[in-house]
Amino acid sequence: MIVSVNINGVDRSADVEPRLLLSDFIRHHVELTGTHVGCEHGVCGACTVLVDGRAVRSCLMFAVQADSCEVTTVEGLAGEGGEADLHPLQEAFREKHGLQCGFCTPGMLMTLVPFLEENPSPTEREVREAISGNLCRCTGYENIVRAVMHRVEQGLTGEARAHG
Amino acid sequence: MTTSSRKVKSNQHLIGYPQRKIDGVEKATGRAVYTDDLQLPGMLHGKILRSPHPHARIVGIDTSRAEALPGVHAVVTGRDMPTPYGIIPWTQDEYPLALDRVRYVGDGVAAVAAVDEDTANRALDLIHVEYEELPAWLDPWKALAAKGSYEEGHYIHSPKKDGWNGNVTKKVRLEFGEVDGLMDSSDVVVEGEYFFEGTTHAAIEPHCAIGSWEPDGVGHAGGTGGAGARDPEGDVALDPAGAPRGGKLTVWSSTQVPHYLHRELSRVLGVDPARVRVLQPLVGGGFGGKSEPFDLEFCVGALAMKSGRPVKILYTREEVFYAHRGRHPFHMEYRTGCTADGKLTSVDAKILLDGGAYASFGLVTTYYSGQLLCAPYEMPAYRFDSTRVYTNKPACGPKRGHGSVQPRFAFEVQMDKLAEKVGMDPIDFRRANFIGSDTRTVNELRITSNGFLECLDAVEAASGWREKFRRMPFGRGIGVAGSTYISGTNYPIYPNEMPQSAVQMQVDRSGRVAVFSGASEIGQGCDSLVAYIAAEELGVPLEYVRVMRGDTDFTPVDLGAYSSRVTFMLGNAAIDAARKLREKVQEAVAEAWEVKPGEVLLAGGRAHWAQDTQRQMHIREAFNLAEARFGTLGATGWYNTPKDVHGEYRGGTIGASPAYSFTAHVAEVEVDPETGVVTVEKIWVAHDCGRALNPVLVEGQMEGSAYMGCAEAIMEAHVFKDADHGREGLHGGPSLLAYKIPTSLDTPALESLIVESIDPEGPYGAKEAGEGPLHPSIPAVANAIYDAVGVRMDRLPFTPPRVWRSIEAARGAGVLGKPGFAMEAGG
Repeated sequence: MIVSVNINGVDRSADVEPRLLLSDFIRHHVELTGTHVGCEHGVCGACTVLVDGRAVRSCLMFAVQADSCEVTTVEGLAGEGGEADLHPLQEAFREKHGLQCGFCTPGMLMTLVPFLEENPSPTEREVREAISGNLCRCTGYENIVRAVMHRVEQGLTGEARAHG
Repeated sequence: MTTSSRKVKSNQHLIGYPQRKIDGVEKATGRAVYTDDLQLPGMLHGKILRSPHPHARIVGIDTSRAEALPGVHAVVTGRDMPTPYGIIPWTQDEYPLALDRVRYVGDGVAAVAAVDEDTANRALDLIHVEYEELPAWLDPWKALAAKGSYEEGHYIHSPKKDGWNGNVTKKVRLEFGEVDGLMDSSDVVVEGEYFFEGTTHAAIEPHCAIGSWEPDGVGHAGGTGGAGARDPEGDVALDPAGAPRGGKLTVWSSTQVPHYLHRELSRVLGVDPARVRVLQPLVGGGFGGKSEPFDLEFCVGALAMKSGRPVKILYTREEVFYAHRGRHPFHMEYRTGCTADGKLTSVDAKILLDGGAYASFGLVTTYYSGQLLCAPYEMPAYRFDSTRVYTNKPACGPKRGHGSVQPRFAFEVQMDKLAEKVGMDPIDFRRANFIGSDTRTVNELRITSNGFLECLDAVEAASGWREKFRRMPFGRGIGVAGSTYISGTNYPIYPNEMPQSAVQMQVDRSGRVAVFSGASEIGQGCDSLVAYIAAEELGVPLEYVRVMRGDTDFTPVDLGAYSSRVTFMLGNAAIDAARKLREKVQEAVAEAWEVKPGEVLLAGGRAHWAQDTQRQMHIREAFNLAEARFGTLGATGWYNTPKDVHGEYRGGTIGASPAYSFTAHVAEVEVDPETGVVTVEKIWVAHDCGRALNPVLVEGQMEGSAYMGCAEAIMEAHVFKDADHGREGLHGGPSLLAYKIPTSLDTPALESLIVESIDPEGPYGAKEAGEGPLHPSIPAVANAIYDAVGVRMDRLPFTPPRVWRSIEAARGAGVLGKPGFAMEAGG
């Protein structure tokens, strides 16, 4: 089947088997390897991407289900300007040590981006609820929550660069 | 003194102040490269066929149909790699693929490389293995009691010693002081039986490896090339995959130990070590679960050599659970005595370790189960008697806090019981038994810096202990525990006198510092650490430092990320290299300025004159002066451990470390007596890390450790089915859904309190922070449950059914309620 997806602003299409997972499509066909696969069945959240602006687990979705959709991966968060042009949430994770091994980080970010767009000034409890479907084995979540609250306190409510 | 990440930044110094990690941007943008992110031209997919039986003889393997399947490029079996291996040189008892016997459900028997994953899976289905099933030994007590022969399957391995059955990996019995006499004369003796359930690492990145073989990759074949593997039963030099010796084997792996992997790949695959290259991309978490070679690393090597194409194997999450090497289940009995005024007298421990199918690190685990208990408390007498047995389950190995987390749980609960018996507050009881600094433990380990008292003070104050202990309403409780851990081991895994860690550093004409580091970045931040040290010592901005890492072809040896050794050893090595360069730069600048070298300061991207800091030059100019004066500037630095800081008895070297960290936790819990649900509300973690080189990273380790310990206390259980509950030896639930690990909502609030004791031998005074802070979480929670409802939880994990049953038993006996002791009683 032909699947056509706009990923991070670029149209990509490929002839794929209907059973191909969106996560495998992103990693192997589009070769965007920032989307990680940790558990293979929707538990760990490392593969979270945005499909038409909503956070989804790309390992629980077939690539063909994303046909004609806009998909944003972690690679689509930062602007063109490199280090100086990080998404505020990326900057917060880096600044507040919200990442150790970094494997869960893309999924955390892609879960939090639409959450903060809906709820720009959450409580700490709401942040914990928002990421409760993303497993991190390094941080005890403490610095992840701290990074988000830091970003919230900074009032960096500027438009996220994510599509959707 | 205590410090924290709230410390303000400095323009002149990096060490001791919060810094960003050097890989933060790549990790936050998805550019960070992990092993599975790599694609090589022509790369094949590898898969491993695994045993469905917990214990069986392999009668025959027919791979012909798999080999004939279009798209299959290579098939290997145990016969292609018949050299035993194992991380501990004295207990090498496994093969990359089983030779003639499988010992757990999941033991690898054959591997294939094919054009894609589907073809590889189809090929596995076409391999016919004829098994003859043998009795399965799942219960360690039964395995220990088994009688008969290896041949008939009564034993999982051949007996290692006369008088041991073949299910014994190791027995250690060590005694220090007059254990029985002092126990008998103790005013109070507490006896307890404890069980620590197995748990596993569950790093979010599954293991992955890629092998590549270049037949003429390095020089020419010439001569004998590789040393060749030795057939264990004969003396024939083998040529495992029929490969020429002149080639070059490259393996990328998500390993914590590239150097040991390098050695074992060479030995097992029969390739000259000078023709083996191991690369370590970023690792997505380890926690001990990637700290020895695994079957996939040998298989990608053998399959690449056989097929001539690169081969990748990525474990499925199910395979990760079966690969395991996690926390051993421990069955423990403790007798602990003390005087009426609360001084420990004698400690007697008997421990059975359920080791799983292979030795792994088990020899060390058996020693650690006893050796690491002798601080932070003074023990006049101590004995431990530990036995590790094989069972037909995935092999256990090291998980964060290797071998000492389990006895620490039991012992700190014993301490709580003793304190209550003598009527002392449990924090005061621990204070009263403090071993001190600059001393020796009863088992003759050398203690240098020791900030344990400050740790107790910090958690006591921060938690509001005095207002809470025994004073909160029924159902709410607070508990304390302490611990110690090693900062690396004085003796490497294979005996040698060479440095344990080394760093090569060079400065160039642009002002840059290039650091070549063989240390294993697994998320803990060691790449950042060497960058901070280079920048601190050479006075360059952090962005001028480039860390070249993870490649045995061009980095010096560091032994790996295990036993909490990295900061201590790599840090000292990096300081050594940087100071050698700094001295040259200082000397060259001093000559130009006609001042003394010691008056030249390198900081903030410039060289300054100490007498008048207005006199300065850009660091680039300083480097250029030094290069003109001394030639191209490079230096190696290294660190090796002191070797005379342990007792002269068999096993006395195991547990010896150049420095020990100390930790105290207070946990506050709420226990629902109707459901048995334990909610850990908060853990206060005070940790003596010597010196916090980057407080943010130290806090991250403390919080991550406390989280992981708390998880083991309340929910994690790595368990297997027996014949009454399914198919023998099957994992209870090899997925991240069934094996519960805490989400952000399950994790308590964590407060880190850094204590700095400034170790005399640590880099800038630093010790470890990555494993020690896990230990007290579990007994602190157990002791808090007791404070909440008066019920002792001596078996892990404290799941609702187990806690509820204990509460019901207490209710039935009429003893449910807050413990009676009033704090004033102890004074």
